[in-house]
Order: sequence, then structure tokens, then C-alpha cells
Amino acid sequence: MPDAPGLELIRGEIERDCPGAVLATSFDRAQAALIVDPERVLDALRWLKEQPGQRYAFLSSLHAADYLPNEPRFGVHYELINRDRVERLRVKAMLADPGEELPEIDSCVELFPTAHNQEREVFDFFGIVFRGHPNLTRILMPDDYVGWPQRRDFPVGGEPVTFTHSEQRYD
Amino acid sequence: MSTDLLETPDRDREIMTVNVGPHHPATHGVLRLVVDLEGEMVRELRPVIGYVHTGIEKSCEANAYWKVIPFVERMDYVSYFFQMEAFCGAVERLVDLEIPPRAKYLRTIFLELNRIHSHLVWLGTTALDLGAISMLWYCFRERDKILDLFEMATGQRMHTRYFQVGGVIEDIPVGFEAKCRAFAEEMPVRVGQYEDLLDRNEVFLQRTKNVGIVPRERLLELGVTGPLLRAAGEPWDLRKATPYLAYPEVDFKIPVGTVGDNYDRYRVRVAEMIESSRIVAQCLDALPDGPHIADDRKYVLPPRSELSTSMESLIHHFKLVTEGFRVEPGEVYYAIENPRGELGCFVVADGSAKPARVHYRDPSFVNLQAFRDMAVGTYVADMIASLGMLDPILGGVDR
Repeated sequence: MPDAPGLELIRGEIERDCPGAVLATSFDRAQAALIVDPERVLDALRWLKEQPGQRYAFLSSLHAADYLPNEPRFGVHYELINRDRVERLRVKAMLADPGEELPEIDSCVELFPTAHNQEREVFDFFGIVFRGHPNLTRILMPDDYVGWPQRRDFPVGGEPVTFTHSEQRYD
Repeated sequence: MSTDLLETPDRDREIMTVNVGPHHPATHGVLRLVVDLEGEMVRELRPVIGYVHTGIEKSCEANAYWKVIPFVERMDYVSYFFQMEAFCGAVERLVDLEIPPRAKYLRTIFLELNRIHSHLVWLGTTALDLGAISMLWYCFRERDKILDLFEMATGQRMHTRYFQVGGVIEDIPVGFEAKCRAFAEEMPVRVGQYEDLLDRNEVFLQRTKNVGIVPRERLLELGVTGPLLRAAGEPWDLRKATPYLAYPEVDFKIPVGTVGDNYDRYRVRVAEMIESSRIVAQCLDALPDGPHIADDRKYVLPPRSELSTSMESLIHHFKLVTEGFRVEPGEVYYAIENPRGELGCFVVADGSAKPARVHYRDPSFVNLQAFRDMAVGTYVADMIASLGMLDPILGGVDR
């Protein structure tokens, strides 16, 4: 982990090369995070990956969280590792809920091919569309499934389950 | 099929799409492969997953923190201790709870026993895929000894629910230490016997050497971690890189390969079993005295004996069992080295007694993306061997 001053240094350097890409920083429970503008997330990721002296070149995890009832509602997290300095850095893009439509963010598959399946998983569970993803389809849920099950307003249960004793009810 | 093939009918270039799985012993779980074959050569490959998706991450959001532990164990059903450690470690970081030294050592012992167990299941089933059926019986004989140790200490052979937020649920019983030490001494001998069976077996060597090579740079691009990456020569192991538990205090080596073929993957895992036995033995030697679980009554159940004498203990016990403990809002990503690579647990707390999000970065799920690179351009029989060497656990892939 970069420490808190190290995080601010990284932020300052990104600010110089890509002004406005980083909105804020957070240093909580010894974990450093850059909160970036969702429209500029690729700029920030590319800078972190390719800038000499930084080289956060390994994307260990890409996942999302639903912060309902907070606004902006969705967070897409990129857990980066600098393997030379053994430092982890989280890049976080917060997406507002556009209501009926699906929230959108740029896909980072070009930069990090490992994100292919993980972006599909985020799409599958949260309905976050990754623009430019080569094959954005459901990955774990059935293809004909309706709804985004990991959203906080999606109820647990409620699907009829057929057991021997209840078989008649759903035919 | 592309149109130019239709125009020039050539029986040698006929592409046939074959469906393998989801129920097939060689897919090591419920994995479906849609394979385009040209004769016996694999030309294209699409893994289809999701057949054992059970929504564990969603179920975790409806349960108190301490009730999440048995859920997450059931993701990767061969390395359950690792799931527990990732979740408990993440929650301990969220609530800033230090675990006592004895708990650190006990956790390390069980994690390494679990690593050997997982590698034994891998070695037995993968050798079986390559026709070496006796390996399965030898590996499962030793695996059963590990399960006996788990049963002795935790009461369960699988899905033990042994790790708790703050430490482990109870101390090891009398006699466990001697039995575990005997196992840690026996295991390297057994590994030597496996090597005698396989390392000079011409069939095994020809089936594994120079098969399924993926360059190191490509593996890193694909986010592959664990023995697959180490077999390609990259000494990346979170136990050394970001030490946790008792790992900084024990002496062990990180085996790496040179070529990155299936043989190196086999060698790396076999060498890891020996290193894990060494870690277990060292932890038993250095096992500190003291409590096995933290003494913070806000997060840890009070000892049973106190319930009849102390009103405070009874209140804490009641609060912990009914509601559970609340966690201040925050989020933590905690990654450990699982037998397959980086197992990360991401927990979001919203101030209530239930996690707002539990996500596992499962190494099987990410590593499976390298399977296409390993198998395309090889024979269909080598594809099965490569899948075995990839060692995906479909419970972890689908969660």
C-alpha cells in the first residue's frame, strides 16, 4: 500500500498529466484508494499502468458494489498491484443510477485483458454496461434471466422453487 | 463454419464443434466446454460457466457477519479454510481487531494442511486424467489423514467453520499436536513416493512436457496467479509478498518453474506440498501459548463458563448470537494465497450487523481465462490434461 502522503503524491502526478481525472482520495483502514471520474477512468488506469515509476500493471480484481441509498449509487473497483514495490492501490469509479437505463462506464479489457470475465460478472449482477467490451453477456446467471440480482433493491428469494410437495402449484 | 470452407470442400479442414460437459469427469466439476475441433486439434474453445452458481455472495448480505463464514466456505469446496481466512481477515481489518499469536499459528497450520489437501485432490484427479489411476488412491490416502486431523480439531472433515472473527473457535485437542507432527514428517516421504511414480514415467512425461505453454507476460496480462504463474518462472506468492498470519516467522521457499509447461505446473505443486509440510512442522514447534481467540467481547463470544457467573458476559453473548456485531461503514479488500492463486475478499460494511457486499476474487475464475491460450492448437487429449493442470474448482468459479 502507498501510505497517505504517497497516495497524495500519486494524485498530484496524475493531476499534472490528466487534469480532472481524479476527484478525491481515500485512505481508510490502511488501504489507499483513488476516486476517479467515471468518464476518465481509462485515462487514470492507463497512467497508473504505463507511467514509469508507477507501473501498477497488474489488475488483481475488478468488482462492483451497490451503495444504495447513497448517491452516486454504484461503485466499480479496480484493485491494482505494483509488483515491483508490492503496493496495492484501489481505483474507484462511482456511477449514478440513471433510473430506467443502465449505468455505463468504459471497458478496460484493452488495458487489462484479465478484466474480460470480471466485467461480464459485474454486468451480470449489477447491470453496469462496459462500453467497448467485446462480449458483454451474462456469465453466471442464465442468458434469459431478467433483473440484476446483486443490486440491493433486488429481493432475496421470492422465486418459486418446485419441491415434490409443491409441484402442483406451479404447473 | 466460414463460407470459403463450404466452397472448397476439403475433408482435412472440416471443423466440428463438440460439446464437452457440463457433466463429465474430466472437467473437474460442472464446466462446459464448447470446442471447435479440426480432426483432433483444438482450434477454438469457449468455456461456459455458471452451472453451480448458487448466489452465495447475495446470501451473505442477508446474514450477520458471523453467520457468513459457513456460506463462504462452500464456494471453493476444496480449500474452505482459505475462504474463511479471507473473510475473517477482511472483517478483522474492518473492525481493527488484532488476533492473538496462537490463533495466527493455528490458522497457518490449518491453511497449510488445507493447501496439501487441495494439491492432493488435484494430483490424484489430474494423474487419473492422464491414465495413472493408482495415484488417485495414494493421494486420497494422505488426504484422508488430513481430513482426520481436521475432524479431530474441529469436529468436521469438510466445511469446518473453525476460523472465527478474532481467532479460532476452540483450541486444538490433546494429541493433535503429535498426530499433526507425525503427518508433517510423513508427508515429504509420501511426496517422494509420488515423484518416484510419476517423474520417470514415460507416458506421464510425454503427456506433460512442453504441453500447454503460455508465456509469462501473457499470464500476467490475464491476471493469472498461483502455481500457474510460478511455473512460468514468476516468483509471485502473497505469502512472501504481503506477509500475513505467521508466514513472516517461518522459513519456506517459493518453488518456481522455468518452461511453464504442464510438467512445470506439476513440479511446482509437488514442491509446494513439501514446503507446506515444512511450514506445518515449524508452526507446531513455535506454537505460542496463550488464548486462541481475541478477548474483545464486542466481537468474540465470551467463554461458556462465564455465562453462569457474569451478567456482562451473558449480555454480550445474547447480543452476539441474536444480532451479531455492528461494523462501522467502510470497505476492505484482503487477499491471501490460496492453492490456486490470489484469493481476495472484498467486504463493504454499512454500519449494520450484516455486510452490505461480500465479493470473492476467486483465482479459479480468473485463471480459467488462460485455458484458451493453453489448449488452442493442441490435441483434444492435451486439452483435458491442461484443464487438469489448470486446476479450476467450479464451486469457486461460479460461487
